[in-house]
Amino acid sequence: MNENRREFVKISGVLGLMAAAGLITMEEAQAQQQAWNKAAFEAKTLGDVVKSLGGAAAAQSGDISINAPDIAENGAVVPVAVTSKIPNTQGIYVLVEKNPNALAAGFSIPAGTEPTVSTRIKMGQTSNVHAVVKADNKFFVTTKEIKVTLGGCGG
Amino acid sequence: MPDPMRIRATEQPDGVDVRVLMSHEMETGQRRDSAGKLVPAHFISNVTVSHNGKAVLTAEWGPAVAKNPYLQFKFKGGKKGEKISVTWVDNKGETRTDEATIG
Repeated sequence: MNENRREFVKISGVLGLMAAAGLITMEEAQAQQQAWNKAAFEAKTLGDVVKSLGGAAAAQSGDISINAPDIAENGAVVPVAVTSKIPNTQGIYVLVEKNPNALAAGFSIPAGTEPTVSTRIKMGQTSNVHAVVKADNKFFVTTKEIKVTLGGCGG
Repeated sequence: MPDPMRIRATEQPDGVDVRVLMSHEMETGQRRDSAGKLVPAHFISNVTVSHNGKAVLTAEWGPAVAKNPYLQFKFKGGKKGEKISVTWVDNKGETRTDEATIG
């Protein structure tokens, strides 16, 4: 049953992408669509995500801070802010270990932009949240556990 | 046409603070409707924030970003009265661009 469901998810995902490709007419939109790193968003673990982002492994770092509640009452809306003190930060990624796919969001930080981003994510259950920072083409990570009282995935 | 975004950009001593609230369902593709059918995934996949034609932040999002996404960051080099523009594209190819003046 569960396997069938997975197959269905895969197939509908591919069909959806094909439909999307047909619908896009603006060149700009197409270019942006192509920039979506499918492999990274389908990876299940921290290691796989870092690999699909082009790194080898992420080193633990004390220079990244995750500003998020210890306990989130509603998993559908969990505010998360990530700040990197690592010089030449190029990218910030937010991962939820126990979500169906680990990577929730990735941000590219050009020079002149502060290496701090805040957003809101969904969490299916209590889980470790990893903040991964790409700096000088190396990857660093900090982890924080967020407890969820009410899950945000599923209906 | 998707609903407009709410964008607030304010000049502060250490840069321009940008806050964006987008209006989007952000359907995960894992949820079932009342008939037990999977609701297909529908989420914003790419976001670009530009100032004077230069990208100051680009983002790639998965379906795990919360419904009606919120984004806050800060960049240097912007001045009061100048414009920033925010564009998103979702996995169905829908797109929306909104502008705001730095205040």
